[in-house]
Amino acid sequence: MGFHATFCGETYSFPDLATLLAVASPPRSGDVLAGLGATSDVQRIAARHALADVPLETFLHTALVPYEEDEVTRLIIDSHDRAAFAPIAHMTVGDFRDWLLSHAADGPTLAAVAPGITPEMAAAVSKIMRNQDLMSVSARIRVITRFRNTIGLAGCLASRLQPNHPTDDLKGIAASTLDGLLYGMGDAVIGINPATDNVATGMALLDMLDHARRRYEIPTQTCVLTHVTNTIEMMNRGAAVDLVFQSIAGTQKANEGFGVSLAILKEAHEAARGLHRGTIGNNVMYFETGQGAALSAGAHHGLDQQTVETRAYAVARAFEPLLVNTVVGFIGPEYLYDGKQITRAALEDHFCAKLLGVPMGCDACYTNHAEADQDDMDNLMVLLGVAGISFLIGVPGADDIMLNYQSLSFHDIMTLRRMLRLEPAPEFAAWLERMGLYDVKSGQMRELAPGQTRLGQMIA
Amino acid sequence: MDTKKPTPSPMPPDDAWSELRHLTRARIGIGRSGTAQRTRDVLAFQGAHALARDAVHTALDIAAMRAQLPAGEAVVVTSRAPDRPTYLRRPDLGRRLDEGSSTHLRRGAWDVVFVAGDGLSAVAVQNGAVPLFHAMRDRLAGWAVAPLVIATQARVALGDEIAVATGARMVVMMIGERPGLSVADSMGVYLTYAPYVGCPDSARNCLSNIHPHGLSIPQAADRLAWLMHEARRLSLTGVGLKDAAPQAHLHHSGTSSIEKGSR
Repeated sequence: MGFHATFCGETYSFPDLATLLAVASPPRSGDVLAGLGATSDVQRIAARHALADVPLETFLHTALVPYEEDEVTRLIIDSHDRAAFAPIAHMTVGDFRDWLLSHAADGPTLAAVAPGITPEMAAAVSKIMRNQDLMSVSARIRVITRFRNTIGLAGCLASRLQPNHPTDDLKGIAASTLDGLLYGMGDAVIGINPATDNVATGMALLDMLDHARRRYEIPTQTCVLTHVTNTIEMMNRGAAVDLVFQSIAGTQKANEGFGVSLAILKEAHEAARGLHRGTIGNNVMYFETGQGAALSAGAHHGLDQQTVETRAYAVARAFEPLLVNTVVGFIGPEYLYDGKQITRAALEDHFCAKLLGVPMGCDACYTNHAEADQDDMDNLMVLLGVAGISFLIGVPGADDIMLNYQSLSFHDIMTLRRMLRLEPAPEFAAWLERMGLYDVKSGQMRELAPGQTRLGQMIA
Repeated sequence: MDTKKPTPSPMPPDDAWSELRHLTRARIGIGRSGTAQRTRDVLAFQGAHALARDAVHTALDIAAMRAQLPAGEAVVVTSRAPDRPTYLRRPDLGRRLDEGSSTHLRRGAWDVVFVAGDGLSAVAVQNGAVPLFHAMRDRLAGWAVAPLVIATQARVALGDEIAVATGARMVVMMIGERPGLSVADSMGVYLTYAPYVGCPDSARNCLSNIHPHGLSIPQAADRLAWLMHEARRLSLTGVGLKDAAPQAHLHHSGTSSIEKGSR
C-alpha cells in the first residue's frame, strides 16, 4: 500500500506503516543506529502529516511483526477488545489525539477504552503529541494496583527503595534500606538488584527483607530482581517471594534474548498468586522495560525503538502487574543520547503505558557516557510527577554503587512529594506516622538518626 | 549585616551514621537541609560525575604509552568512528577498523595480539594496559606475541578485525570500562579465540574491574594467563571455557548491559 503526504509542494512517500512510524518519531540515537528514522526534519513532519491521517482500524489489520512468528503480536491481536474499541473505531490517529486531549476523555472514559487500544495505536498517537500533551493525558489516568498497599491513587507518588550493594552484603543492604525508610521511601517496593544470579543469595536477601518487613509491620512488598526462572526456583524452595520480577521487551525474539516467554511468565504469575501473600490485593508481577532493548537483541523487526517498546506493555498488562517501570536512561547514549531524548522517551513510555492500562513508574536515570546530569533528572522527575507517574526509583545519594549509574536520590523524591503535594501510598503514609517518622503537624519527614527510631535495630 | 547563625542540624551527619557507613560505600546518612542534599554532598557528587565524564572524553596519550615500550613496538590504529560523539552514538563504527589502519598491522604467525583500546575510559587503559602487557609477556614464554596495538575510538569487537589482519590466533582486548561515580579508571579484558568480524560476545571471556582498588595487574595477569593457556588447549573461548574456570567471577561476556534487572 504505502502512505503519502504533500508538504510545501513536495510529496513524501512511505512504503509501509513501520517506516511511517519510524520516520514520524522524534529524533533519537537508537533509530539512527538502526538505520531507521527521518533523514531530515521536514521529512519527519511530512510523516507526521501522513500518520495523522491513518485510520486506527489500519493498526488492527497490519501486523508490524508477523502474527505467525511472534507470540507478542498474537497476544495483542487475540486479546483486542472490539467493544472497548468501538467509541474510537472511526477515528484517525489525528482525530484520536484531539479526542484524547478533549474534556470528554476523562479518567473513567480512558480506562474503559484502554482494552480497545493496541500498543501500536498508542505509539502512533504519541508521535504526534508534544510533551505537554503526553503529560496532560496521562495525568488523567489512574491505574490502581494492590498487594499490601495501594499504588496509583490520585495525589500519591510511590517510590521503590533500591538498596543495591556490589557484593550483596546483607548488612550493607540493610543500612541503605534503613536510610531510605527514613526518607519515606519503599512504598512501591523495597527491591534489590542482586550482584549475582545465585538462587541461595537471592533467598538470603529475600529472607532479610521479609524479616525486617514483618518485624516493623511495614505495609509494603519486597523483591529480589533476579531472573523469573530463579524466582520460580525460590518459590519452589519456600522463599518469601512477594513479587515476581522480570525484564520484558516487545517481541518474542527479544524476550527470548531475556530468556523468557509468555508461558514462563504465566507459570510464575500463577505460582506467586497461589502464595496469597498480598493482604489487600493480588497484583504480584513487577516488570522493567526500556526503549532500545529489542534493537540491542537484534530483535526489533525493523520497528523504531519507541513503537517496539510499547508492545512490551501488552505483555505487561496480560499479567496484571503491581508495578512496571521504564529504565529510561540506563541503556546508554547509543539509544538515548542526551537529557532531551531521555526526557522525551520517559514521557512517551509513561503515556503509552497508562493509556494501555499499565501501572507505569520510572527509573529516571542516566549513565556517565550520556549527555545528561542531575539537572536533567530534576527536570524529568518534575515532569513525571505532573504527569501522574505511579512511582519513582530512589537510591542513596542518587548513586547506585552496584549498577554504576545515577538515578534519583531519596532526597529528590522527598523534595518532589513536597513541591507537588504528593503523598506516599496511604497505608504506608499511615505507617510512617505510626512509627514517628512523619510529623503530621509540619507535614514533613522527621530528620532522625538511626538511634532515634526503632528501625535503627534493623542492622544487628 | 545579618549575622544570625544557621540553625544547627538535629543530626550531625558524621556521628550516628559513621558505624553504618562501614557497611557500604553507598551515600547513606548524608543528612539534609530541608529536603535537599547539603552543599558538601552536592559538590562531592558533581566532582565524582566530572571525573567520570572526563574519563569518557579524555583522549589516550599515545606518546606516553609508547614511552613505556621498547622502541617501535606499538602499532596505532583507529576505528571508523571519527570522533567521540560519533563513537558514543554508533557502537557499530567503533567495532570496525578505519580503512587506512589495517595497512599498519604486520601479518605473522602470532599466537596472540594484545590491543589497548580506549573504550569508555582512556584513563583506565592509559594506566593499566602497558603494565598488563608486560606482565603477560612474562607469563607467556614461548608464545609468539604480536607488537602491542593501540586503538582509539575502540569497542571490544574491534579486536576481532585486528586479529584477522595480523593473523593472530587469539586476541586480548584491554579496554576502558564505563566509568561509575566511585571508579572512573576501571579496565576490562576480553579474550577471544579464533575471532572473526561479527564474532558473538558469547565467544569471549572477560575479566573486569581491573583498577587500583579492584583486581590488581598481577592478579589479572595470572587469571588471564590461565584462560589463555586453556583457550589454546581447548581451541575455544566463551561459555565453554567459563564452565571450566576455577574462579567464581570469571564470566563470559554474553550478558547484556541493557537489562538492569537480572545481570
